[in-house]
Amino acid sequence: MMTIRKLALGAIASVALGAGSAMAAGSAGHVEDFDFSFEGPFGRYDQNQLQRGLQVFTEVCSACHGLRYVPLRTLGDEGGPGLPEDQVRAYAAQLEIFDPELDDFRPRKATDHFPGSGMATAPDLSLMAKSRSGFHGPYGLGINQLVKGIGGPEYIASLLTGYNGEEKEEAGNVFYGNEAFPGGWIAMTPPLYDEAVEYADGTPATTEQMAEDVASFLMWTAEPKMMARKNVGLTAVLFLGILSVLLYLTNKRLWAGIKGRKIEA
Amino acid sequence: MAGIPHDHYEPKSGGEKWLHSRLPIVGLLYDTIMIPTPKNLNWMWIWGIVLTFCLALQIITGIVLVMHYTPHADMAFASVEHIMRNVNGGHMLRYIHANGASLFFVAVYLHIFRGLFYGSYKAPREVTWIIGMLIYLAMMATAFMGYVLPWGQMSFWGATVITGLFGAIPGIGEPIQTWLLGGPAVDNATLNRFFSLHYLVPFVIVGLVAVHIWAFHTTGNNNPTGVEVRRGSKAEAQKDTVPFWPYFVMKDLLALAVILLVFFAIVGFMPNYLGHPDNYIEANPLATPAHIVPEWYFLPFYAILRAFTADVWAVQLVNFLSFGIIDAKFFGVLAMFGAIAVMALAPWLDTSSVRSGRYRPMFKVWFWVLCVDFMVLMWVGAMPAEGIYTWISLIASTYWFAYFLVILPLLGVIEKPLPQPATIEEDFNAHYGKAPAATPAE
Repeated sequence: MMTIRKLALGAIASVALGAGSAMAAGSAGHVEDFDFSFEGPFGRYDQNQLQRGLQVFTEVCSACHGLRYVPLRTLGDEGGPGLPEDQVRAYAAQLEIFDPELDDFRPRKATDHFPGSGMATAPDLSLMAKSRSGFHGPYGLGINQLVKGIGGPEYIASLLTGYNGEEKEEAGNVFYGNEAFPGGWIAMTPPLYDEAVEYADGTPATTEQMAEDVASFLMWTAEPKMMARKNVGLTAVLFLGILSVLLYLTNKRLWAGIKGRKIEA
Repeated sequence: MAGIPHDHYEPKSGGEKWLHSRLPIVGLLYDTIMIPTPKNLNWMWIWGIVLTFCLALQIITGIVLVMHYTPHADMAFASVEHIMRNVNGGHMLRYIHANGASLFFVAVYLHIFRGLFYGSYKAPREVTWIIGMLIYLAMMATAFMGYVLPWGQMSFWGATVITGLFGAIPGIGEPIQTWLLGGPAVDNATLNRFFSLHYLVPFVIVGLVAVHIWAFHTTGNNNPTGVEVRRGSKAEAQKDTVPFWPYFVMKDLLALAVILLVFFAIVGFMPNYLGHPDNYIEANPLATPAHIVPEWYFLPFYAILRAFTADVWAVQLVNFLSFGIIDAKFFGVLAMFGAIAVMALAPWLDTSSVRSGRYRPMFKVWFWVLCVDFMVLMWVGAMPAEGIYTWISLIASTYWFAYFLVILPLLGVIEKPLPQPATIEEDFNAHYGKAPAATPAE
């Protein structure tokens, strides 16, 4: 009896939460402008930060959230956390997966993906950093985003550091006041507190540090090929720049015979 | 065909003669590439080549993307992620294809507005203009269906809203919508047919582009003066023109290189700037996004669609006169398609005998207001349809129609045009000075 009531209330609450976030879009939360190492045309992921972010994700977020689009082997990829192969395998092996061929659970291999969300209401985080934004405007023109970026990782870090300590109970569910979350109330309990993890590299694990680290890591899960992409962009821009100059000179010489001398005004 | 007189291909060797008497394909290519082109074309005449390049780019990247994409409602989103993560160079292919659509539309809008300013739509180029409008419609259909394929939230809800437009047709709308979607709502059947058509329509565009080029190669290019190339003799024509190769090929390649530089900077450094974050959330029929916003290139017409609400007197009048058959929703749909229709009718709505806007002092002002109007519509189309925005979109939409239906016909009557140069050569020499000698650059 108790469980049925709990389930019903949970369902009502999740529907209310969904509707609430949709309606509250007008009152978008406040997104802080964090400085990430991967911003701008020359920005790159900080490998140490990605590894710290992986640690925060593993020890905190993964209790509820999944990364179902992310292949585990990519943890060893260049331009990512860059774990050595044996560590990637060891990391994969601690996660179980149901294998229909064995009709049983087995440890994951590097070729498997991260698990999906363990909790139905917790969204998958694979693409979270690209499916959220900040810095719209002014007047919906998106000029801020041109300068500061779309704002996905900033949103994640703002959300994780945006709890204001307020709580309210609605239909048996507790909501937490959050400055960054649209509508101001979020169902996720504050996941981070100082020293929630112990970093191997000795970085002090402040809430803000962990929030930025995991936001960076989630940017990588959303955009694992960012560094390769920027390299292509840079090469293309340089090459096309040289080509443009050569074509300009060719064109000028070609037309010289047609145009004659330009009349000075 | 009263084309511009010029040298034609003469087969010389035996092999060439053999082929030419059976299939004059080399001659066709030669005449196409060596076409006499007004030598005073300015930088607004480069967009045609950019558009041709875009079409090729989209088809090539698209064909490779199809090799890795799965058109199924349960797998499409994951297959796009597969392309982004596992396919060699897949992330670049996809970002080039997605942003390529934006470049395509930037180019087509500049191309259209160039035509509107220099009167390129006027006789004898009406057919070129109409085919161009058909290409533009086909582009919009292709881009819309392509945006559905990643099966994100905006894909799904954009498809729901846009196919809903057909549902607004009185009486037969709902069956048409169901037929388009392949069911009562956007679902796997919709995704499959959109995928099929997204692959098909670009090749229809290729055909239309060929006819578009054929048409203006028959009439000759328009040019910034709007004065026609002299066709009395080859010598006369050569004073107004230069062959397309090498002069305009080189000029167009230079423009293309500079444009691609900007394009690759966007693809490389900010590939998601023009996209919508919601499309990185998998389609969910149970969760409607707070704002359903189409891609930027649809926004002006989306704004016109939403501008005519039930409290506008014109809508109420039409509703009354049509015995309630045309409600506000259907009125909006008619307005949206009408906005493109009036543009297509420009050759017959513009009564001025002067072709180029350069020699039309009043026209110039109204034209630039139209350009601003277009940008305002684009901006307001992304805004929520409430408060001041409804007024802005209504005024801007009204101007769009007024420009084509009232201003263009009236200006031809009341405007006093400036004197035009007698020939292209005269205009060219006034600008650049007479060439020292007619020696070809080597």
